[in-house]
Amino acid sequence: MAVFNLTVNGEQKSVDVDPSTPLLWVLRDHLNLVGTKFGCGIAQCGACTVHVNGMASRSCQLPISALGANEVTTIEGLSNNADHPVQKAWLEVDVPQCGYCQAGQIMNAVSLLKSNPNPTDEQIDAAMSGNICRCGTYTRIKQAIKTAANQNV
Amino acid sequence: MSIVKTKVGRRSFLKTSAAAGGGLMISFSWLAACAPGQTKEEVMAMPKEWFELNGFIKIGENGVVTIMSPNPEIGQNVKTSMPMIVAEELDVDWDMVVVEQAPLNTEIFTRQLAGGSQSIRQGWNSLRSAGAAGRAVLRQAAANEWGVPVEEVITKAGKLMHSSGKEAGFGTFASAAALLEAPEELELKERSEFSIIGTSRRNVDGKKIATGHPLFGLDYTKEGMLTAMIIHPPAFGMKLKSFDADLAKSMSGIVDVISIDTYQEGMEKQWSDINAFPQLVAVVGQSTWQVMQAKKSVNVTWEETESYRKIEDSTSKHKEMLVQRSQQKAEVERVDGDPEAAFKRAAKVVERTYSAPFLAHNTMEPMNFFADVTDDKAELVGPIQTPEYLELTLKKRLGMPLDKINIQMTRMGGGFGRRLYGHFAVEAAVISQRVKAPVKLVYTREDDMTQGTYRPAYHATYRAALDENNNLIGFHVNAGGIPSSPLFANRFPAGAVENYKAESWTIESNISSGAWRAPRSNFIAGAEQSFLDEVAEEAGKDPIEFRLELFDRAINNPVGEKNDYDAERYAGVLKLVREKSNWGKEGQSSNRGVSAYYCHNSYVAQVLDLEMENGKPRIKNVSAAVDCGIVVNPIAANNMMEGGIVDGIGHALYSAISFKDGAPENANFDKYRLIRHNEAPENIDVHFVDNGIDPTGLGEPPFPPIVGALANALYKATGKRHYHQPFMEQSFSLG
Repeated sequence: MAVFNLTVNGEQKSVDVDPSTPLLWVLRDHLNLVGTKFGCGIAQCGACTVHVNGMASRSCQLPISALGANEVTTIEGLSNNADHPVQKAWLEVDVPQCGYCQAGQIMNAVSLLKSNPNPTDEQIDAAMSGNICRCGTYTRIKQAIKTAANQNV
Repeated sequence: MSIVKTKVGRRSFLKTSAAAGGGLMISFSWLAACAPGQTKEEVMAMPKEWFELNGFIKIGENGVVTIMSPNPEIGQNVKTSMPMIVAEELDVDWDMVVVEQAPLNTEIFTRQLAGGSQSIRQGWNSLRSAGAAGRAVLRQAAANEWGVPVEEVITKAGKLMHSSGKEAGFGTFASAAALLEAPEELELKERSEFSIIGTSRRNVDGKKIATGHPLFGLDYTKEGMLTAMIIHPPAFGMKLKSFDADLAKSMSGIVDVISIDTYQEGMEKQWSDINAFPQLVAVVGQSTWQVMQAKKSVNVTWEETESYRKIEDSTSKHKEMLVQRSQQKAEVERVDGDPEAAFKRAAKVVERTYSAPFLAHNTMEPMNFFADVTDDKAELVGPIQTPEYLELTLKKRLGMPLDKINIQMTRMGGGFGRRLYGHFAVEAAVISQRVKAPVKLVYTREDDMTQGTYRPAYHATYRAALDENNNLIGFHVNAGGIPSSPLFANRFPAGAVENYKAESWTIESNISSGAWRAPRSNFIAGAEQSFLDEVAEEAGKDPIEFRLELFDRAINNPVGEKNDYDAERYAGVLKLVREKSNWGKEGQSSNRGVSAYYCHNSYVAQVLDLEMENGKPRIKNVSAAVDCGIVVNPIAANNMMEGGIVDGIGHALYSAISFKDGAPENANFDKYRLIRHNEAPENIDVHFVDNGIDPTGLGEPPFPPIVGALANALYKATGKRHYHQPFMEQSFSLG
């Protein structure tokens, strides 16, 4: 066990955990931020996607000891009132079915739009193909990303 | 307006309000749990008091309405669409409605189950009656106060009105209405009067989902809660012999390591208690990661059971077993005419064989459940499609009366049939009872994917006899599986062919299996619709025309009496998809496949277009026509259609569980391929038949036919027919 100080959603946090603990479980079990989901544990499904210094990262494969001073943003920190352009687009298009993978999808989409505000279909496909949705909402996810394109994310 | 007799009876309907002596103040401390300023509940000014009109409806003094959603939500959108039906008949403004997930309560609600695409179909009448009963007591309360006949009180969007000019919101009369009993005859709206049903309403949990609000079983937590994980045998047919957990118990945060019997020996099981591994090792500790690490340190010895020693049951020989068994005697399930004679005199006989592997459900949220079992009560919270059955199993397993067992349903991160089988909830309860603490049981993906409850492995051989004029004069299907058969003997083309034979067989196995999105149909539809495509080609006929000819026969002069479909509705979706896809018109892709299927009371036809890009097929478009009667919520119905199509394409192309010495070889998404974002169709357009028939479900019907449409389009594009799922190697990806 060791104490780690981290910045999550702009707030300073401190946790006393085993250094091998993945960020995913630090968020879910120790910081009560359960919006970030557990799907596979091997970075194959994208349900656990968060931002580390603004870039999409699979939190299930990131040991807390490797985080260092990098800042973490989770789905809970994306906006104060579900008013991030990508969240708004998700609601407008009514993307979710079961909804379980959608936090990861949204975080990944935000990361894409930050680096590429107006992606082509092929660029969306390439960027989003690491996030699985068993319900099959991919066509709506693409539509929502296009809806949110060219807005300041 | 139409009058219906309330089937439930007013007494039972109003049981909760009667028990509470009428006007009932409901605690709304649950609001405190909401994230600030993010949900509809908080945007609205919440009432000071709630008045319960019946088990489905509470109205606040300010007119805000809470509607209980009775059924489990697995992503099929019932948490939005079922309350919409209540709101419609209550005649309230949807913007004034807050939806709450009802707990399991068999006294108020009937069929609190998510399965078989039946929630809307079987809930339709009771949901309408619940709304109409609420509206009736509100009108009566207004009539009493205003001194006018109740017939003269009308409602509109949450308001009560009288021609004298008197007008009040529902909230004004909520307390008086809560003391009244609903009449035995209820007025239901005509379809032309609907203002909510048939309009698109967005997911009531949309904001909570998009903001990461705790909604799912895995998100549930309680003070003092421990985390538990299980270790199950590595192969089917094996069981626990012994374990050494000394090292694991010494690890940080670990509370205990125990073995549990999910079902005691000799306990009478229900259908929902399917479970290949009733004896497990459970590791219990403070946090998930600690328990995950400790799991690896438990040294477990497994032993082979008699069924394991019958090694062919649990090995990779399944394909050979299916082929061999298909050539032996089968159970004849239906015969029309003289099939043998028809095949003898046929000018052409077409015979093809299809197969499909075991599949895991792979809900994105792995199996999990919270349980807090003490000497005098059991509280369970989590994702379960069959809470009513779970309660009965818990009663037996815990030896506790039903009134001491409380089950709360969370939103589910997918169901697809997997959460019909609630052994994981029983495991949580048994672990909690043993360690005397609240426990959340969590499966890893590997635990989940290798646990069984799979879609069975299937096999079907079809034969068709064509006469010299290319008429289909004989049809024979022989279908079986491990451990159950996919055959539906009375479905199309039964009823459309003079000489018809359907046979079925099964092979026993120690691999557990269960319902998987559109059970049986998920395989047999694709096989049948691929076969009909090939028969139409042999007959030199357009595949849609060929099917419509058969439906003409089934409509005008059906063969046999037990045909399990409405041929006119079936033909109707084919005609609609033909029109909407511009089938046969110039300028259309030549790489297109068609398919149509009827299951779970809804009819679906699809046309899929492919293009070859860089040697790989890319799905450009899917046009779908569906007849599910009245469409309650179009935006969600479209979503179900789109999702079912994507899911069906993915499983047909890629997914499989294979076995070596009884052990599943695919334990996580690195070895089990699901369709990815870049492989989804570029466009999906969905068209609904508008016929005003009472609604049926959409959770399953879009899935089965797309497998056939895909296979038929792939043939057009590549010249290769696909008979065996998965169609592609795991490493293959669409263009």
